[in-house]
Amino acid sequence: MAIWLTENSKIIVQGMTGGEGTKHTRRMLAAGVKVVGGVNARKAGITHEGLPVFGTVKEAMEQTGADVSVVFVPPAATKAAVREAIDAEIPLCVVITEGVPVHDTTEFWAYAVSKGNKTRIIGPNCPGIASPGASNAGIIPADITTKGRVGLVSKSGTLTYQLMYELRDIGFSTCVGIGGDPVIGTTHIDALQAFQEDPETDAIVMIGEIGGDAEERAAAYIDEHVTKPVVAYVAGFTAPEGKTMGHAGAIVSGSAGTAQAKKEALEKVGVRVGRTPSETARLMRDIMSS
Amino acid sequence: MDLFEHQAKELFAEYGIPVPRGIVAHTVEEARAAAEQLTGRVVVKAQVKTGGRGKAGGVKVADDVADAQAKATQILGMDIKGHTVHKVLIEEASQIAEEYYFSFLLDRANRTFLAICSASGGMDIEEVAHTAPEKVAKVPVSPLTGVDRARAREIAVAGGLPQQALDGAAELIEKLWAVFVDEDASLVEVNPMILSADGQVKALDGKVTLDENADFRQAEHAAYVDKAAEDPLEARAKEKHLNYVKLDGNVGIIGNGAGLVMSTLDVVAYAGEEFPGQPKPANFLDIGGGASAEVMANGLEIILSDPSVKSVFVNVFGGITACDAVANGIVSAFQLLQGRGEEVTHPLVVRLDGNNAALGRQILADAALPRVELVDTMDEAAKRAAELAAVGA
Repeated sequence: MAIWLTENSKIIVQGMTGGEGTKHTRRMLAAGVKVVGGVNARKAGITHEGLPVFGTVKEAMEQTGADVSVVFVPPAATKAAVREAIDAEIPLCVVITEGVPVHDTTEFWAYAVSKGNKTRIIGPNCPGIASPGASNAGIIPADITTKGRVGLVSKSGTLTYQLMYELRDIGFSTCVGIGGDPVIGTTHIDALQAFQEDPETDAIVMIGEIGGDAEERAAAYIDEHVTKPVVAYVAGFTAPEGKTMGHAGAIVSGSAGTAQAKKEALEKVGVRVGRTPSETARLMRDIMSS
Repeated sequence: MDLFEHQAKELFAEYGIPVPRGIVAHTVEEARAAAEQLTGRVVVKAQVKTGGRGKAGGVKVADDVADAQAKATQILGMDIKGHTVHKVLIEEASQIAEEYYFSFLLDRANRTFLAICSASGGMDIEEVAHTAPEKVAKVPVSPLTGVDRARAREIAVAGGLPQQALDGAAELIEKLWAVFVDEDASLVEVNPMILSADGQVKALDGKVTLDENADFRQAEHAAYVDKAAEDPLEARAKEKHLNYVKLDGNVGIIGNGAGLVMSTLDVVAYAGEEFPGQPKPANFLDIGGGASAEVMANGLEIILSDPSVKSVFVNVFGGITACDAVANGIVSAFQLLQGRGEEVTHPLVVRLDGNNAALGRQILADAALPRVELVDTMDEAAKRAAELAAVGA
């Protein structure tokens, strides 16, 4: 089963003809992922990487039956691209683009809500979603791990890869990189809920980082709704206040959003929190082997 | 990026928001000249990017020019929560009838914008929000509908502002919304927003945070960068498009991916606790997913030019870029640095994991680079880097 992305998912790439779009379309195709086309209004009708390029998301869906879009367009064009995906009511839209102004993200999120949230948005500024052995939408190097029964949700790309790699013998149902921006489409809670409901997921790894209160809210959700074991890791214990470290969302202002507060909130509801990524992997290993 | 108060007010003025007349002064002489120009009572306000400046003695009223000079002498050079005061804003004193609080900000938790308005403004707004939350109105604002004059008035009413302030407040709030949206701000705060004795609603203070992701469409925001306060290494890194933050320890850190590097800082700090002098990370440096030789060389160069660095930890997870490519990048980086006459004299601990890790390690072993040690795991490598920094290497 996996969550949100299965072997039947048909993927289109918005911005496929650009540099990043081309590179990662090629990678996804090489990994056997069902990429069925691209979207670029100015290049409609051409063939790129052996795939048809359509003028709109709607047209691409009609012609190919696509149900997932991966967005690689530049930051200035991201709002329009996501609004177009929402208008086309594509079930899943994965926004890889980094550096999207927060006003634009807040606006396309409000737009998605106003349209009844028919499109699940993941990102922006995220590595995407991978269901090992089934499909891979985005830039996650899925070949570093195997198919298994652990679900993973993370704000950080490379930390996701680190955990996927450390637990490659156990394997994953789905790994979701939700992104580190202040406003994102899919949250830790959305993923926790989906993993809880997924019969092919037995346990969940959650990776958070400083900034905001998403981890605290996830802890409250786990307490109420999640019966599967959860282990967590939080990055940024030693990050100084007021400094942005790469992820626009990872900034501590005042007392809110510290790693310590997040760790305590999670431990209070029975989530085991690793001190390092490797220790987190060991905690999950213990759970899966018991 | 946070703006200084005077920058925020200059921005407000461009949008037609009433602010007191004011002049920025960097020296006591400039402060005196400013007070002479403004005439009458003035307020001398420290320009620092931190809160609680009033309570720290950074805001003082002066009765005349001589007094303004004296107050500027006290405030210039003062330390407020680690920020040295390099400039003051000399402003005409306002006749304050009432003080209110107003802000627009990004509400991360609810993924929308928020207007916060209260008739109980002034320095203790946080205290009010805590003890009497009913006095602080929090009104969600959709980016799809925004704030027009009527909506602005509703917000002012919700905040409990009195009848005589509503027209002025509504106009000011509507204009603040324009600042918030048109300037790509994530915070616009006015505390206090005042009703003056002559019935005018004004912004007596201003705090603005701009979204750097929007710089591509906000070219004029580049002028707000506070070059004087920028760390010289951070400035150099920025020129080379490196994501670098200077910290106060002595273990140089290079990694790929913001989350992994943040995690590396933590792991090194934990490891350092066990060694004399407790070595800590000297910096944050994310070289991104690609990790090309040139980026690696530029990163190493910045880190090695930091005099506090005693050892370097290169922590790379090979994902899309496999570890053999990363290892080749490190080898080329050494050659590049040698070519530039920048010999690597510090010990370098390298941890490579992920795609083609074994091949990557082999490449580094074969290259036999001076002072490079390969360690298999992130935790062990952090320990070794801390140990090398502790012995002064």
